[in-house]
Amino acid sequence: MSELFTLIVELEDKPGQLLRVLEPIARNGGNIVGIFHQRGKKTPLNRIPVEISFTAESKKAEKIIEELQRDFLIRQFGKLRTAVVSILLVGHVIHTDLSDTIKRVDSSDAECVELNITMPEREEPSTAMITITAKSEEALEMALRRLRETCREKGILVIEPINDGI
Amino acid sequence: MKIAIIGFGTVGQGVAELLVAKRAEIERKIGDFKVVAIADLTGSIWGDFKLENAIEFRRKTGRLPGGRSAREIAEEEDYDVMIEVTTTKLDESGIEYMRTALKKGASVITSNKSIAVDFQGLMKLAESNGARLMYEATVGGVMPIIRLLNSYLALCEILGVRGILNGTCNYILTRMEEEKLPYSQILSEAKEMGIAEANPKADVEGIDAGIKLVILANTIGIPARFEDIEIVGITDITPQAFAVAMQKGYTIRLIAEASRKSLRVSPRLVPLNSPLAIKGTMNAAMIRTDTAGDIFVAGRGAGKYETATAILSDLYELFRTG
Repeated sequence: MSELFTLIVELEDKPGQLLRVLEPIARNGGNIVGIFHQRGKKTPLNRIPVEISFTAESKKAEKIIEELQRDFLIRQFGKLRTAVVSILLVGHVIHTDLSDTIKRVDSSDAECVELNITMPEREEPSTAMITITAKSEEALEMALRRLRETCREKGILVIEPINDGI
Repeated sequence: MKIAIIGFGTVGQGVAELLVAKRAEIERKIGDFKVVAIADLTGSIWGDFKLENAIEFRRKTGRLPGGRSAREIAEEEDYDVMIEVTTTKLDESGIEYMRTALKKGASVITSNKSIAVDFQGLMKLAESNGARLMYEATVGGVMPIIRLLNSYLALCEILGVRGILNGTCNYILTRMEEEKLPYSQILSEAKEMGIAEANPKADVEGIDAGIKLVILANTIGIPARFEDIEIVGITDITPQAFAVAMQKGYTIRLIAEASRKSLRVSPRLVPLNSPLAIKGTMNAAMIRTDTAGDIFVAGRGAGKYETATAILSDLYELFRTG
């Protein structure tokens, strides 16, 4: 079974670096879920911290990390975000300040990592598939609660999956 | 066994027709029975009458011949079992005939979802009078979920139940999934076909499923009331929502969910390979147990003879278990 992994790698500020990190992940069957590039931030070694999330079987993830550690400085690694859920939003997702919606869901323990929006004609409700990851099931439940609340306020329909936790 | 039937609309007549058609089979299983009185809003019949004649009279004239009210029949007649199949009213008036019967020590078999108004009270009333209240037909039509929970799984802890409890909603969502047509178009077609009612509000806004969820929750020991259920209906779902869901391997269904953590009716993403991705007007439920994993049950959620079949099943159960 695939699990979600997150690592923070320190990259030199020159072209092609990011591609070199992603290559071993893809080659070993990892599926990249999100990349968070903090360009404005420099580490003490004058490098840029990049947070990469990917899903992979844990055996393969070990191999990926092993390979990456040969060439890069990995600052943090782990199943930092273990809980993940995809939720469908239907309504005026954009006109009700999408970035505000996301901001309200994000916390130190949970964040939106993926967003797909389908917009039909103007004035018609749009559809967004949003993926949230969190450090724990509890943190995910809290984030979900914030999302439900925000969407109720904004008149957006939230369609959650039926998951295992009943 | 002396039976009184209160409510003689579609379901009441369906029950009476099955009692006539299956008399030999029923009497072989539960012994002799007699319907001693029938009453509804149009009138009543009691004493020595033939059940088939009462059905015929009601069908031809649109009423019952006698003038005594359902309340008088419920209070004054002598019966062992009341089959209460009046329409759901969701207030105290919806359960008054049942209370009358239970107070007399007569058991009640009902399809009337009004029991959600005071489920615990009715159960206590039945118990203190040595009677029983049977309600298989209130949830999921003929799908045998109440018996499954109360009897077969009586020694399991029920961790939660998820169900599709409204056939109209499931029909609309199935067609949206398959034909990618807008909600409003499918709803008006469903009305023409008689699958949706002229005023479909209670169905499409999730209220009907919510009432049934109250009954289910109480059945598994969660003393919920209607106000406790968080309800979202299907009116805002778009064909695009289905398209996006399906890219991720999901469809959308109106799911009623009861557990210690959650009491809600809402549209949910259901994996396409889940048995809950059931199609058409069917009802279905997934029960999670502590010792036996998940149990799935499905069946027709409505219909004259389907509901009547659930009523007869309760009649048999009542006889069998005393």
